[in-house]
Parts: sequence; structure tokens; C-alpha cells
Amino acid sequence: MMQYALRRFAGVIPTLFIIITLSFFIIRIAPGGPFDEEQALPPEIKANLEAAYGLDKPLYVQYLRYLEGLSRGDFGPSFKFKDFSVTELIAQGLPISLMLGFCALVVALLAGIPLGTFAALRHNTGADYSIMGIAVLGIALPSFVIGPLVQLVFGLYLRWLPVAGWETGELRYLVLPVATLSLPVIAYIARLTRGSLLEVLRSNFVRTARAKGLPERQVVLRHALRPALLPVVSYLGPATAFVITGSLVVESVFGLPGSGRYLVQGAINRDYTLVMGMIVVYGSLTLLCNLIADLLYGWLDPRVRYE
Amino acid sequence: MSEAAATVAGASPVSVASRGFWADAWRRLRRNRASIVAAVVILLITLLAFVGPSFSPHSFDAIDWDHMAVPPGDQNDHWLGTDRLGRDLFVRTLFGVQISLQIGLLATLVSLTIGVTFGATAGYVGGRIDNYMMRFVDILYSLPYIFIVIILSTLFERGNIFVLFLAIGAVGWLTMARIVRGQTLSLKRKEFIEAALASGVGTTSILLRHIVPNVIGPVIIYATLTIPQMILFESFLSFLGLGVQEPQASLGSLINEGAQEMESAVWMLLVPAGFLVTLLVCFSFLGDGLRDALDPRER
Repeated sequence: MMQYALRRFAGVIPTLFIIITLSFFIIRIAPGGPFDEEQALPPEIKANLEAAYGLDKPLYVQYLRYLEGLSRGDFGPSFKFKDFSVTELIAQGLPISLMLGFCALVVALLAGIPLGTFAALRHNTGADYSIMGIAVLGIALPSFVIGPLVQLVFGLYLRWLPVAGWETGELRYLVLPVATLSLPVIAYIARLTRGSLLEVLRSNFVRTARAKGLPERQVVLRHALRPALLPVVSYLGPATAFVITGSLVVESVFGLPGSGRYLVQGAINRDYTLVMGMIVVYGSLTLLCNLIADLLYGWLDPRVRYE
Repeated sequence: MSEAAATVAGASPVSVASRGFWADAWRRLRRNRASIVAAVVILLITLLAFVGPSFSPHSFDAIDWDHMAVPPGDQNDHWLGTDRLGRDLFVRTLFGVQISLQIGLLATLVSLTIGVTFGATAGYVGGRIDNYMMRFVDILYSLPYIFIVIILSTLFERGNIFVLFLAIGAVGWLTMARIVRGQTLSLKRKEFIEAALASGVGTTSILLRHIVPNVIGPVIIYATLTIPQMILFESFLSFLGLGVQEPQASLGSLINEGAQEMESAVWMLLVPAGFLVTLLVCFSFLGDGLRDALDPRER
């Protein structure tokens, strides 16, 4: 198991390397640069600026330099936020983004699994239909629609929670963003849980458990739920990617000072190093979460063998 | 799916032998009321989007200085109100729907073509080539899709959204390739392929004449699910300011504008959001219905 985990971990590194290389060159062949402003800079100044950031060197030299910096954990200077390095910028925002994403995933699991189980146990009743109907809506509603709507209802009309903003340590600023981010994931997890639990409840070992007189509660919780949750576990990888994507929107809708906004701002400003830094950090995060989900799957499913 | 695939085996979808399967699928689809309603709603919205603006006296970028930020239902000819600049929201929203639909279709077609070709080739050729091809797909898969989209959006001049979406379609084929490859793997051991091989048909012809027509079922299902995804991507990018630029409108950019005005002018948010959500929900119902209709074993 340990050996398998290590080998899988080693497999992540070449993938990350390919991602870094591809995005580095794609971003650089884009027209325009970080120093194209509304008012064109005098050519000498532009040349000096480019020289200062090493942009006058051939592309492959810049690439090697960038890799060398990365190996030291240095993401380079930001071109637009002049006094900050990319490392500083991301380090400032990342904790908030991580907290947002982590809370959203936990909430999604804590709400989605019980809802799905409940719907499966009340199969083909009104409760089942209404939960699944809401789930369809939850999956179809994009976060940039849910976000403004919950702001409108809970922030402006009911005035229960702050519309937007952030104060360190104040959890109520996190409630609406987390709800927005987790709603589609809740819906998806509920649907997955319901579907697979329905299938498991028809299987032979569940009939055996019932036949030996176990109370229904134990049949479901101890026997049926564990194998039924396997699809949910394998969905955790894509769910992480979804949460990361959604956090870009949620942070901008709710004005959270997370790191997600740097990706979009960086892309608009052609701030090469900032975009690259975000891709490296968020890319590794996704790869890591996928890996954890895979390992968790193997741990939960005794049929999986490590070779 | 192999059962259904076996039914159509060796026949193109229009020929007599396959009519049973498609007629059957159509009958099952018709019985699914939700997807029929969804399909009708999609058709109506499409019709409205392309015909509706010509009934309004306003154009999407004309500023009406006398009616700025008026709500819907006021005594004037702005049926769904106007935005902060006095531009007609009915026309702008329908204009956005047009762009969303066109982009959704375009990107889906591109990803369909690449995905089917790639997947069928990898699955049929097999061996080491298959291995490398699917490894490549895995790597692209491991990055959140939106990152690739954002990287690509830096490549094109802002506003040139159609080129951007050709590019997005060009990376959106990953799931399609996986599905088609899986189908191809099971198909290529079937007798009719063997028969084709024995009678000396070349690889390309086998792929085009025998493999591709037989994977069409899952491809249709997945395509219906890809269109809303692409619409969503477009709105997502436009919402973040990376897609359609002013004075053009898309559902995403309208929602973004509306969200900033929602305190005083809630209709600016609700009108485009309503259209987007209706489209997305309808496409997802239609996709579900098609899956049940074309793949009865899944039920």
C-alpha cells in the first residue's frame, strides 16, 4: 500500500512537469505582453523593463530560468503588482481559498450523503422525487447565478448574513460563499449516493443481512452504505476540480481576498508569472486531491489490489 | 450498451436494418414527458432568440436616453426593461442567447469531431499508440478544464470569441474520446469487423464505415450533455470578463452586469439568469431522456 502510494506520487511529478511546460509556452506565444498599456511606453523604457525581468532573453533561456526558480520555490516577480513576488501574492490569498474549498467539500459530503441515503430509502415517494428534482436544479444552476441570488435573498432582503466582504476570524462571511460553492456538489453527491445505494440494496449480501434478522438501520448503515459510497469517493477528485473552478467565481462574487482572482487578473493583464504560479499551485493541488481520492478508494474497497 | 450496439451492428443509422432501434428509441423518448417538454422549450427559445429581436424597435446597442434602468412592464416598448445605459434588455438578452447557442453548437461540433476520431483511432489501433494517446488525454484531464480555457483565452485577442471557442472545442473532446475508445474496444472483437477485415477492407474504411456509425448512440447522448457545458463555459468566461466584450452581450456578461445592479434593479439579473437556467435545465433533461431512450440497459 505504502509502496503503491509512493509510486503513484512519483507519477504525479512528470504530469505536473508537462502541464508547466505546455502552459509556459502557450502563454508566451500569445500576442501582447505585460507592458502593453493604453499609452504606449517609449521603446527604450519598454526595452529596459523587459531586460529587467529577463524577457529579452530567448524563450528557452527564460524557460530554464523559470524552472530553476521553481525548484527553489521561487515563482518570480509579478509584472503588474510591482512590489510583490508571485509567491507573496499567492501565499496571502491561498489560506482563504483553501478554507473556502475545504469547507465546501466537507459541507457537501455531510449534506449530500444523508440526502441521497434518505431519497434511496424513500425510493419512488414524494420525498425522493422532490430531493432529486432539487438536485437537478442544483446541478444545472451555475455558481455565478446561485451566488448573486443568495446574496439577494439572504443578504439584501432577509439581512441575515453579510452580502459580501471578509473579516479575518468572522465565520459569517464564509456562510454564503460556502453554500454557493457546495450546492452543486451536494446535489451531485446526493444523486450518486441514491443511485448506488439503490443498487446495493438489491444485492445478495444485503438480503443475507436482512435474512439473519438485523434491524434495517444496521443493514443500511453498517452493510449497504460502505460499498454504496465508492462512487462518491471516486467523484471526490472531479469534485475538487469543480470546487477550485467554482472558487474563482465565488471569490469574485463575494469579494473574498482569496488567490483565485489572481488567475483571472493575471490572464487579463498578461502577467505571465502570476498565471504560471497559479497554474502550478492549483494544478498540484488538483493532482494531489485526485491522488488522495484514489488511495481512499483502494482503502475502502477490499477488492482493489495493489500491484 | 453493447446490446444496443449489437442491434445496429454493421448498419448506418438510415438503413432499413437499423430502423427498429431508432424507432424504438424514439418511442421511448416520446414517452418521457420531461425531455419532450425540454426539447420543445429549447426549440422555442432558439426561435425566439433568432426571430424575437426583429420585432422589437430597438437594437442591442442603441441607447434610449429617456428610459434608463426602467423595470419590465412599464408603459413603453422595452418589454423586459432596460439596463443602466438605457439599452433594451429584451433584445440584449436574446442576443446573448444567440451567441450562447451558436458557441455551444460550434464548440460541441469541434469536440465531437476530434473526440470521435481520436477515440476510435486509439481504440481500434490499440497497443502502444493507444497507450500514448490515452496517456495524453489523462494529462489534460488532470488539470481543471477552466485552467486550459483561461490559458487559451490569453492566446486570442479579446472579443474574438468564435476563434476562442474553436480552441475550447479543440480541448473539450477528452471525455468523448474516452467514451468512443471504450465502445471501439468492445466493437473491434465483433464478428462483422472480422468479416470486414477478412474481405480486405482497410483500417480507415473500417473506422469510418463500421466503427463510427456504431458508436453514434453514446456520442449523441454525450453531445447533448456537451452543449450546455459549452454554454456554461462561455457564460463563465464572459462573467469573469474574459469572453464577450462590450457592447456585445452574452448571458454571462449580462448576469455580471445585473449582479452589480441587483440592489436597485433586480430584473437586470433575473432576466438573463432565467434564460440561462432554463436552457441549462432543459438540455440536462433532454440529455437524460436521450440516454434512457438510446441505452435501455442503463435504466
